Amino acid sequence: MELLKSMEERILFFDGGMGSLLQAQGLKPGELPGIWNITHPDVLVEIHRKYLEAGADIILTNTFGADGLKYNGQTGYCVEEIVAAAIRNVKEAIRQSGRHAFVALDIGPTGKLLKPLGDLDFEDAVHLFGQVAAIGAREKVDLVLIETMSDSYEAKAAVLGAKENCDLPVFATVTFDERGKLLTGASPAAVVAMLEGLGVDALGVNCGLGPVQMKPFVKEILEVASVPVIVNPNAGLPRSENGCTVYDIDADKFALEMQEIVRMGARMVGGCCGTTPEHIEKMTRLCREEKPVPVKPKGRTVVSSFAQAVEIGSEPVIIGERINPTGKPKLKQALRDRNLEYILQEGVTQQEHGAHVLDVNVGLPEIDEPSMMEEIVKDLQSIIDLPLQIDTSSPEAMERAMRIYNGKPLINSVNGKEESMRQVFPLVKKYGGVVVALALDEGGIPEHADGRIAIARKIYKTAQEYGIGPENILIDALCLTISSDSRGAITTLETVKRVRDELGGKTILGVSNISFGLPVRENINAVFFTMALFNGLNAAIINPGSAAMMRVYHSYRALMDLDEMCGDYIRVYAEEAAKMKASAAVKAAGDVPDLHGGESEVSALAVSIERGLKEQAASAVQKLLKSRDSMDIINQEMIPALDRVGKGFEAGTIFLPQLLMSAEAAKTAFEIVREKMKGSGCEQEKKGTIILATVKGDIHDIGKNIVKVLLENYGYDVLDLGKDVPPERIVDTAVEGKICLVGLSALMTTTVPSMEETIRRLRQEAPWAKVMVGGAVLTREYADSMGADRYCRDAMASVNYAQEVFGK
Amino acid sequence: MTKWLETRKAFPWNEREILRYLGYRGQEPEENVKKLIHECRLELEREANPKAVWREFPLTIRDHVLDMTCLKTCSRSLERNLKDCESVLLFGATLGSGVDVLLRRYGRLQMSKAVVLQASSVAMLETWCDWQNEVLSREYQEKGWYMRPRFSPGYGDFPLECQRKLSGALELGKRIGVTLTDSLLMVPSKSVTAVMGLSRKPWTCIVQGCEACGKKDCQYRR
Repeated sequence: MELLKSMEERILFFDGGMGSLLQAQGLKPGELPGIWNITHPDVLVEIHRKYLEAGADIILTNTFGADGLKYNGQTGYCVEEIVAAAIRNVKEAIRQSGRHAFVALDIGPTGKLLKPLGDLDFEDAVHLFGQVAAIGAREKVDLVLIETMSDSYEAKAAVLGAKENCDLPVFATVTFDERGKLLTGASPAAVVAMLEGLGVDALGVNCGLGPVQMKPFVKEILEVASVPVIVNPNAGLPRSENGCTVYDIDADKFALEMQEIVRMGARMVGGCCGTTPEHIEKMTRLCREEKPVPVKPKGRTVVSSFAQAVEIGSEPVIIGERINPTGKPKLKQALRDRNLEYILQEGVTQQEHGAHVLDVNVGLPEIDEPSMMEEIVKDLQSIIDLPLQIDTSSPEAMERAMRIYNGKPLINSVNGKEESMRQVFPLVKKYGGVVVALALDEGGIPEHADGRIAIARKIYKTAQEYGIGPENILIDALCLTISSDSRGAITTLETVKRVRDELGGKTILGVSNISFGLPVRENINAVFFTMALFNGLNAAIINPGSAAMMRVYHSYRALMDLDEMCGDYIRVYAEEAAKMKASAAVKAAGDVPDLHGGESEVSALAVSIERGLKEQAASAVQKLLKSRDSMDIINQEMIPALDRVGKGFEAGTIFLPQLLMSAEAAKTAFEIVREKMKGSGCEQEKKGTIILATVKGDIHDIGKNIVKVLLENYGYDVLDLGKDVPPERIVDTAVEGKICLVGLSALMTTTVPSMEETIRRLRQEAPWAKVMVGGAVLTREYADSMGADRYCRDAMASVNYAQEVFGK
Repeated sequence: MTKWLETRKAFPWNEREILRYLGYRGQEPEENVKKLIHECRLELEREANPKAVWREFPLTIRDHVLDMTCLKTCSRSLERNLKDCESVLLFGATLGSGVDVLLRRYGRLQMSKAVVLQASSVAMLETWCDWQNEVLSREYQEKGWYMRPRFSPGYGDFPLECQRKLSGALELGKRIGVTLTDSLLMVPSKSVTAVMGLSRKPWTCIVQGCEACGKKDCQYRR
């Protein structure tokens, strides 16, 4: 394509700001600028023409933020008219100027945040962007420029939308704040990893900052990017002067700064807010003769999350293996029960233990793996900032997870079989990712390293045919347990070494497989891990909770000069030493002090629950279980303790944090009791099932979650439908399960109508169900007028009502 | 505050406000609650990314219609607040999306901490807004203008629907990353928008904050 060719040959120039020029012509703050494409075409053509005369090669259509959300017919215009008119205006300006220039379809953010931060669904965003891109393709623009993205997830939706709807070159620029992060947290390296993974033709920065503040982040991008870099800054920093926004850099200074940025290696430069044709003119004059710095592929192996990039190669990378049901009965049960909190906790714990990436495998024959994979990836990436390794043998689960993943994932896995490569490589090409490649093929696992190296070569070659470079492949040299193959470890280590030395590639291992079937596996695992690292292993899938394995990792880094002044080693083990001391002190201090002046009828368990002490509650209940019956402990100790806390809360002597800490301590104890009961074959009787939901339109769920914790404590099963839940989903769930009690929460006056609507429909379709409501704006009168059965002013009130409804 | 912005250490916390949001009325919190508050403060100091933006607009009031150029509305309570004002500052502030990630994380895994985090982040946001407003107030006072206390959509009878125009006029999404949901909730959740009147006359009315609000049954009322 002509544009891509010009891009290789010389520095290309973008135009400058549009908003402030339109405001100078009478556009009012808050008025939609896109409408001017139709109502004031002459103004637009004039501005475009001035930028052409100033030397710009790429002219942006006036379509920033013009999408189907804003132009949905209610403003009098639809998105097709606005975008088509904008393109016509640029083409007219180019014709008038007599110059040769490229038309860039400008795509900006929707102005909404994507779920789970906001309320716009990822696929809806892809659709909105795709719609605009399709119009651009039809009207024959030269490229799509996605710009001013301050959320990586929205940027991904935009690139996918564009690529799925046109074959044009796609450029993307993002906006960093003064810390050098996107507003939703991504670092420059994370942004570059994701955008290059998605296959953009050029990337960079625009808006937010002036050229001076942008420079350090431009440098970071240039160091890691393998595609041409675009830099379109504001005319400095804005300030308000007599009600108008003015910027602090004039055209001469701007041009000088931009010249320096070109010398640093930027290949396309222009301006954003506050820049004018004068800025662009001076810039093009100064930069035109600059010799372009060649764009070089960096060959880095990088995965990323919504916030950070993790490079594999310079240092060993730990991939936490705990979110995988194989051999883990508790995780299997959690998956069957859809107890996602258990899985999230596994993720958080591994992060605390030092994992850099989390493996996610949810393959169980009895569950719908693709849906579960999508759901758990969405959940994990909404609370943890580590990159994920999508680990599945189902191509459908793989694609669904890769599509909604917020970053560039690790993919586990492909192998040397034709079919596997045919399924996996197109996904890696489309969505981006580093893929784990198992050194096996139709012939099975080669017994010797020679065979495994041959398969690795084949995989690299085939990947290349799909346009996937060797940097995006991690060869899994495969561990076979030494208990069945005594040469297993030797072969694996030789393969790891030869991938590094002969193929210049990178490797990964599921380290603990090596000791399968042996006693005290940690002994073997830790030594093998050391040996593998020494042979060049780049990434290890291990349990970061294993102290022995992490000792190897930290010691290896310290020994190999990867840990400056042994700083990390000291930080980790000084803390550990302190912890050991502290826990010894706790043990010496003995049990929980008695709250009730030594009265023996109040057990240590009850005291621990009342005080909200989790660990003490756990150890107390374990002690009690040795001498007393499970149900007896629940009814005689735990429930009365919870009741006392509940009464204290109602009386205003105990406060919400304490109430919840007690509930959490009780939950820990309940789990231990239940485990025991399961072992003995008797189950605790459930008191009843309750639906909880935050109504449609409302995305604040803290109140609902508090109620959930307490209801579960009192032995009720809670069907938590989450937040922003449409009435029909609540009604269907109530009808399907013949649910007797529904709890609804709403925070804002604007969402109360959907609560009302939900109650109305429940009355029609599930007349047996009682409805309790709560939330910041509600009052008893309000609740009565909506026809709710009960207004619950706090969480204890909902427990009391549940007891009333279920009679227990 | 300036020191915290540079070092990310020792935010000027208003501990009393945190406890008030948690329901305490002067009582001493338990040791483990104190510990939770401490943990939350540290995490917020690290994760919060506060930003603020403001813009001045001329104000005219005729027949109880408040015309702020970019926004027209009727509100008796805001009108009282803007008495004698010739222009307004529209103001937006946020703690950023990192705080929402924390709230979501603990909302799933440790509700007691989520509750304390919620209270602490609200207190943090208020302190951040107060500080920004103090700086602005001083700047305007030097030019002979007196700034009125901030008044937000949803207070008294100031319609929440004004959020849309306000957010458009301030370019909240682009400038500080604050967006609105269809139901007019702000995202990130720890965000504030407000109007501050500017007058040549000093502020004489002492009624502000909770006392100026008509919602007499609010559980957080001071």
